[in-house]
Amino acid sequence: MTVESEYSPDSDRIMSVSLGPQHPGAGHFRIRLWLDGDYVVRSEPDPGYVHRGEEKMGEYRNYIQNVPHLERPVILDSSNILFPYAIGVDELMNSNVPARGQYLRVIMAEINRIISHMYFLAIQGYFMGHTTMITWCMGDRDFWIDLGERIGGARVTFAYIIPGGVRNDIPPSAIEKGFKTCDWFDKRMDEYEKIFFDNPMVHQRSDKIGVLSRADAIALGATGTVARASGLTFDVRKDEPYSAYPDLEFKTPVLQQGDSWARAYVALLDMREAVKIIRQALKKLPPGPVRLKLGPQPRVPAGEVYSRTEAARGEMSYHIISDGSPRPYRLKIAPPSTKNLRVLPHLLRGVHVADIPVIYWGLNYWPVENDR
Amino acid sequence: MKERRLKVSSSPLRIKELGLFVRDSMGFDHISAVSGVDWIAKNELEVIYFIGSSTPGQEDFVLAISEMVPRDNPVVPTLVEVWRGAEYQERETHEMFGINFQGHPNQRHILLPEDWNDLPPLRKDYVLPGR
Repeated sequence: MTVESEYSPDSDRIMSVSLGPQHPGAGHFRIRLWLDGDYVVRSEPDPGYVHRGEEKMGEYRNYIQNVPHLERPVILDSSNILFPYAIGVDELMNSNVPARGQYLRVIMAEINRIISHMYFLAIQGYFMGHTTMITWCMGDRDFWIDLGERIGGARVTFAYIIPGGVRNDIPPSAIEKGFKTCDWFDKRMDEYEKIFFDNPMVHQRSDKIGVLSRADAIALGATGTVARASGLTFDVRKDEPYSAYPDLEFKTPVLQQGDSWARAYVALLDMREAVKIIRQALKKLPPGPVRLKLGPQPRVPAGEVYSRTEAARGEMSYHIISDGSPRPYRLKIAPPSTKNLRVLPHLLRGVHVADIPVIYWGLNYWPVENDR
Repeated sequence: MKERRLKVSSSPLRIKELGLFVRDSMGFDHISAVSGVDWIAKNELEVIYFIGSSTPGQEDFVLAISEMVPRDNPVVPTLVEVWRGAEYQERETHEMFGINFQGHPNQRHILLPEDWNDLPPLRKDYVLPGR
């Protein structure tokens, strides 16, 4: 029925191995492997080691209390996991978020996209044996964290995007710092291209490794960087423009190769677009209030909503049902890592053991985001 | 639900047929989410498939296909053969709501421990410890 089950290897030669859950390359996540010598015959991801029951917790807290704990599953990308939640609650309450709030939401979401992609590229470089990448990316990522701190007050979990707008206005010093960071980062990305993406060693380690075809990307439900590296033009910001995105000019980078190199390079192209978006949004930032006064326990009318946004890893969606009480009746989070996880056993079939880290991390998979 | 969202109800008997129809004839090929809802007052469980599309012109459309099953015998057919990407999300709906997806290739626990022997945790009669 599934592609994997077509394999029927000689059972005497097969060794089953567990990669994880405490392996430095897996991170609270286990992959069960069946190996024939150095080749992976079959694999099965085994997530769940960091399951926290976010959806159940959401049913016990009101719509504002839900904000800080909902960003815990993916602290690298904390604004982007709150974005669809805020949009969903706004839609249920029929509230019109002020224009300045919409722009600030976009700015913060794009800063978080860069913070998340920098972490992704740092570890991907490390897995390819390119240690310069982990030092450069981790160092440069800090400038974006500093900018996020200037705007949101915290360094990682900003809790900035909330139902009704954003938590606070942007200080003037952060606007100035934002332009400076963008200009400087443009130059840095050129250097990344030279030292990492044009590097023959990196090409050898990632070209044609873990190729995902366009048709498989669709069938397996891939999204985000994984889908865009396989030739799928899949970007919720373009497909279903929300917030301030319709006013801003940017492209959706798409590559056709579908291999691990393309999945890393798409992240860099994503960051180039993110810088463009941040610069435009800072320039166009309209005056006015940044949020609606909702109070500590807003009344949300009964209804059902399915909201989605483009997070760093792909399509992040929420299914929220309100029964008119102060707390959600049902809060379903469908993060991009869950959608991309199904691609992993498909790609690992028939590869060398040494290629597993590159393929696994190339999917931009975050175990906590999947487990919630 | 807002514009460009449509919720369709189906019976568990016909849902696979409907799934194949919307995938092949209408271009809804991207499985966005599989969700469950426990309607304890009505004594029913709901399974919802949210289907997006990669077909040009309808990427912004999300189709929700829902089916209702009784709480004491929640059996529905699996749609893994329609959207392969639904496999892990159906497993999650299985463990969280106790819904049995008939024909699923590997319906084991995915997030919960293998030896979980309490009620399915997202059912409304499962109360969080300490509450």
